[in-house]
Amino acid sequence: MKRDRWLLPDGIEEMLPPAARHAERVRRHLLDLLDSWGYELIMPPLIEYLESLLTGVGEELDLKTFKLTDQLTGRMMGVRADMTPQAARIDAHYLRREAPVRLCYLGPVLRTRPDEFGGAREPLQLGAELFGEAGTRGDGEVLRLMLALLGRAGFDDLHVDIGHVGVFHALTREAGIDKAGERELSQALHRKAKPEVEAMLKSWSLPDAQRNGLRALADLHGPLEELPAAMARLADTGRSVRAALEDLADVGRRLAHLHPAVRWHFDLAEVNGYGYYTGIVFAAYTPGYGQAVAQGGRYDEIGRAFGRSRPAVGFSSDLRVLLRLQGHPDPAAKAIFAPLSDDDALLATVKKLREQGERVIEALRGDPAEAARMGCDRMLFQENGHWTVTAMKGH
Amino acid sequence: MVTIALSKGRILEESLPLLERAGIVPVEDLGKTRKLIVGTTAPDVQVVVIRAADVPTYVRYGAADIGIAGKDVLMEDGGDGLYELADLGIARCRLMVAEPRERPPAGEGHSWTRLRVATKYVRIAQRHFDAKGIQADIVHLYGSMELAPLVGLADRIVDLVSSGKTLAANGLVEVEHIVDVSAWLVANRAAVKMKYKALRPVIECLVGGAMHG
Repeated sequence: MKRDRWLLPDGIEEMLPPAARHAERVRRHLLDLLDSWGYELIMPPLIEYLESLLTGVGEELDLKTFKLTDQLTGRMMGVRADMTPQAARIDAHYLRREAPVRLCYLGPVLRTRPDEFGGAREPLQLGAELFGEAGTRGDGEVLRLMLALLGRAGFDDLHVDIGHVGVFHALTREAGIDKAGERELSQALHRKAKPEVEAMLKSWSLPDAQRNGLRALADLHGPLEELPAAMARLADTGRSVRAALEDLADVGRRLAHLHPAVRWHFDLAEVNGYGYYTGIVFAAYTPGYGQAVAQGGRYDEIGRAFGRSRPAVGFSSDLRVLLRLQGHPDPAAKAIFAPLSDDDALLATVKKLREQGERVIEALRGDPAEAARMGCDRMLFQENGHWTVTAMKGH
Repeated sequence: MVTIALSKGRILEESLPLLERAGIVPVEDLGKTRKLIVGTTAPDVQVVVIRAADVPTYVRYGAADIGIAGKDVLMEDGGDGLYELADLGIARCRLMVAEPRERPPAGEGHSWTRLRVATKYVRIAQRHFDAKGIQADIVHLYGSMELAPLVGLADRIVDLVSSGKTLAANGLVEVEHIVDVSAWLVANRAAVKMKYKALRPVIECLVGGAMHG
């Protein structure tokens, strides 16, 4: 027999007991929280035609999407790598409500390449999206929901970074930089590679205010209290830059007031994302993990590709990452052992206990020593014709 | 606690004066000690000395908060998920394509449609020849690249050159310049955000020291 028959592909993992049980509990908790904020659950398909799956999203997501040919139609299909565009499609195409729509989802997505070393290629993506609200109130609600969700998942030591891609886009637009140049520049800024940014800006002919603004972006990050100073450095740029900065300051001020325990930072060089963001972007970090535990932002343009442009803002996270960072799952649930017997009273007692939420394991063989091996800490014991639960020896 | 990852070898030698100017002096002689993690005179700053190619990995996953690594290593690694904060301008050299001196130049009845290239920079070499439209078979070696053309393992090599003496001693000549290389300061993305207060002065000192040194 081949020894590697049981090996799973890189970045694909299975959850075993008791971790899977714990994961399911956390999943329910988190979905209940999203429900209590009025976010309606959707279950988008795992697989779609490529045209709808990749409409309006950037090249990066395209590269991360597994593709295959539909044997029925010969068309190309893709396995979802991100559920956000699917939620946007559902809002734009099916729901068509005028009022704000709040949607949430939780399920596996598949990635051709993991986001990080040792990272999952099958994250359990968990997210919430708010459609139809263009103002900073919408940004604020989604940010607060993200913090509530991380709080429910047990994360209380958080650092949140907020930025606004509008600042960068307005600067490049005002400076007249073309799409290719903008892309190159955004990648250099994403790495905060100042010498590269410098070299690019030097090689293009640009107006001074925008050149200085773009040059400053790599340095414009720090505690939220320093945002006014950053705004001052961009003071002589255009109106749309200022509008973006004011939105950012507005959201930051309100959220920092509501969540004083969170360490709030701003970063104006976070401009890359998945290419679909158009406004505020944010990411939450927690000590001991070198990546964001949840991230999101505003993406007002995706719906247009489906015939209905709607303001949209949302966040997502990977349940696998949250579970891993939470540390030790609950120990296996304790169970009650029901001995081998055909007594109707025993079956009735077992039924009642199960209805009360107890886990009862029925004996299949006569060996009572099995009970402990199956994780039972109590057993049913017959006394004066009644079946009662008693602690097992050693427990 | 701030952890700085340093590349063994020449980069380490040239990094130490920079660190010293930033007030960070290892408490043990890094050339002699067998310890892998060494404290420094700066409170809450420690250094780890590792193989150059491992620096991006340590920093990316937060095992070190910042690091000093050659641009060659960063280009080969891809640099995804790292901040490449500044060119420190130390450990300068260049990444070159070299070939045996007596090889007939291209165009003289010799067509370079398929080239065997020996290098430890597999990705850089592949990208370089791809960009020129030359089909290249990359032979991955871990050292002594200069030997490969001499024993018929490859037509050319891609390697770092500082003085060019090793090439000359083995009858090789530089034929193409790929990129100038120096050591860069890299940082973990989350650390720059979460350890902002502790890291900012260290980063500023290192970058400032490099610019004025």
